[in-house]
Amino acid sequence: MHDKTIAELVAGLRARTYSSVELTRHFLERIARHNPDLNAFITVAAEPALTAAGQADAALAAGTGGPLTGIPIAHKDIFCTAGLRTSCGSRMLDNFIAPYDATVVERLAAAGAVVLGKTNMDEFAMGSSNETSWYGPVKNPWDQTRVPGGSSGGSAAAVAARLCVAATGTDTGGSIRQPAALCGITGIKPTYGRCSRWGMIAFASSLDQAGPMARSAADAALLLQTMAGFDPRDSTSLDTPVPDYVAGLDGDLTGLRIGLPKEYFGAGLDERVAAGIQAAIREYERQGATVVEISLPNSPLSVPVYYVVAPAECSSNLARFDGVRYGHRCEQPKDLEDLYKRSRAEGFGAEVQRRIMIGTYVLSAGYYDAYYLKAQKIRHLIAEDFRRAFEQADVIMGPTSPTTAFPIGAKMDDPVAMYLNDIYTIAANLAGLPGMSIPVAPVDGMPVGLQIVGNYFDEGRLLNVAHRLQRETDWHLGVPAGFD
Amino acid sequence: MALDRSDVEKIAHLARLAVTPADCDRYAHDLSNILSLVARMDAVDTTGVEPMAHPLHMTQRLRPDLPTESDQRDRFQAIAPQTDAGLYLVPKVIE
Repeated sequence: MHDKTIAELVAGLRARTYSSVELTRHFLERIARHNPDLNAFITVAAEPALTAAGQADAALAAGTGGPLTGIPIAHKDIFCTAGLRTSCGSRMLDNFIAPYDATVVERLAAAGAVVLGKTNMDEFAMGSSNETSWYGPVKNPWDQTRVPGGSSGGSAAAVAARLCVAATGTDTGGSIRQPAALCGITGIKPTYGRCSRWGMIAFASSLDQAGPMARSAADAALLLQTMAGFDPRDSTSLDTPVPDYVAGLDGDLTGLRIGLPKEYFGAGLDERVAAGIQAAIREYERQGATVVEISLPNSPLSVPVYYVVAPAECSSNLARFDGVRYGHRCEQPKDLEDLYKRSRAEGFGAEVQRRIMIGTYVLSAGYYDAYYLKAQKIRHLIAEDFRRAFEQADVIMGPTSPTTAFPIGAKMDDPVAMYLNDIYTIAANLAGLPGMSIPVAPVDGMPVGLQIVGNYFDEGRLLNVAHRLQRETDWHLGVPAGFD
Repeated sequence: MALDRSDVEKIAHLARLAVTPADCDRYAHDLSNILSLVARMDAVDTTGVEPMAHPLHMTQRLRPDLPTESDQRDRFQAIAPQTDAGLYLVPKVIE
């Protein structure tokens, strides 16, 4: 049952071939068997999941089911879930039970999805390897000595290992696409504002965006259909109609213009990864697409710009964790300042503290113009690069990550080396554009991701382009050994 | 831009983070490395470039000035470290 697509599972549930309780129990058994190794879940919600599955079966029997009724999924532990701990991968929120559901959680529940649990992640989504989690690193199911990528590493590993049908993720600088690439699954970061950020714990508010992580573009389309849409509770939510993503999946690609940015194929890219990307592009040419070389001249600046904008916004957002209203509080504070300082120093890990300090520094008196304002100006130049590129191309393709998954521990002592993992993904966040990663031919048994970036609101085209590759190739069907 | 330990102490105080002397040296090293990455921005001439405030140049929506939240104090305070009579408790602030 764990290898079926969502469409197959929906049909199986409707035909009563199996019940949602049976399906949910099957995935809970897989989690119980594999999670001690992978550490993909922080919290497993077995009882609530079985209760929800029972309700789903009743709804299916009554003929009142929604598009995802009875489908077992998982949420990244950054989405608030009423009554179920939301830790954000941090000791700070180890004891935090949100009083409400995030909009994305609410929408998926309304569509009938069953929540198996909350997935592991880099602390407050700050990381590219899932090693900054207070709950320990996640293992890549393809090679358990390697990282799954991050920050949505738990979701990516859980989907790749078939511990859930699909999962939610968030992407601030590549946190859906990079782990999707490193774990061999399909992930899409929609246009900024497409999915509500309400109830999604904020890291960098001008960059954060939720999206689905699944085994295929068709499955991702079904989830995004439910997740996307206007939410008055999020002041940056887009009030733009959501097209029918599933209906658009099979669209013909004849005449599709694929832009290949020369900056994404230069030094630093593993040539075996590049070969996988080129093979996928040849398949698109076979389907009638044309290739045009483009340039994103300011894209090499995206990492420096990001490490001003994201920490600045993080230092503001994480100011709310003060040991007073919720979250970790230190023992025996001697005064209010001591309470703040020790609660935060004990509650946050080293990477989160580094970013808070960088953000505090770049926003401090006298430095604002040199850092934050300068970064926001270059961000404009980066967005302009894309605007010009989309005059010549319908989609932009390149690698998601310069290499396959690296060994656990390899980059933890060098924050800057870790940051450079996101060299190809960050620009889409800075520009607010939708981006996707789908598997192509693996290198030495390790997954490789093709990144597809689209114009604003063009998630439908990304899913269509991804689906057409997946219809003709089997790169997305690989299963890590021991998880079939 | 290289930071020394006194810079780190000052920043940590502004950020309300307790750092030990040993942490200060490590953070000074790491933060300096991050700032040298960031310094690559200096090579770009941004004269006349508008700073980007929002990817889609959106401005804040307005809504009617009506209450939309109900009183949920008990629920919110149920997860607080220390409360009393509906108030959040902190160490004594005024001597």
